[in-house]
Amino acid sequence: MIELTEQPIDTQEVLRQVSSTQAGAVVLFLGTTREFTRGRQTLSLNYECYAGMAERKLLELDAEARRRWPLVETAIVHRVGHLGLGEASVAIAVSSAHRQDAFEAGKWLIDTLKEVVPIWKQENWADGTAEWVHPGVESSPTKHPIEKAE
Amino acid sequence: MIVEVKLFAVAKQLAGSETISVELPGGATVLGLRDALGKQHTELHEITQRAMIAIDAQYVNNDTIVPETSEIALIPPVSGG
Repeated sequence: MIELTEQPIDTQEVLRQVSSTQAGAVVLFLGTTREFTRGRQTLSLNYECYAGMAERKLLELDAEARRRWPLVETAIVHRVGHLGLGEASVAIAVSSAHRQDAFEAGKWLIDTLKEVVPIWKQENWADGTAEWVHPGVESSPTKHPIEKAE
Repeated sequence: MIVEVKLFAVAKQLAGSETISVELPGGATVLGLRDALGKQHTELHEITQRAMIAIDAQYVNNDTIVPETSEIALIPPVSGG
């Protein structure tokens, strides 16, 4: 199961997608939106994707994980659009007969997703600036129009 | 030939547009596309050096020939997850 969604991620549904009587282990990873990054306060985030390519890349990762590990089921859901603090931006669930395969495949999937899948995050900082995050590239902050610090 | 390049994230912000047009000689490579993009849209010069190029939703190398009818995208370093 591969999904890009603007709706909050239903983690119980993600777990249902990978549940199987063939599995002896289920690993669920959630990436969640963090309030502080190196001392800077975030109010909210926006995620943008290149939809057609992101889906294609996620399908490739899914197929590669299944090739590398004997998995029963996999599910990858990534949120796009506007997210508040503490929400899940990504969910990866993997089931396998034995736990080591599920842990290894789940870790590989999130690590590789973060390297190759065309999805980008924009931090809406508490100081009123908004900034696209591009690892290795100097930032180009702009003003964000909507968020106010509490 | 003139190709349309899809922009995302900071590239879209810098250009103020979701796509831009780039004029290329026929048979140009992806490296030629990067050069032309940076010269014709100077606000994108820096990010173009750091970004990947995708053609028809696949990452391509600098020596790939740019096909005339294809979906071309500038992919700045990704930050999903």
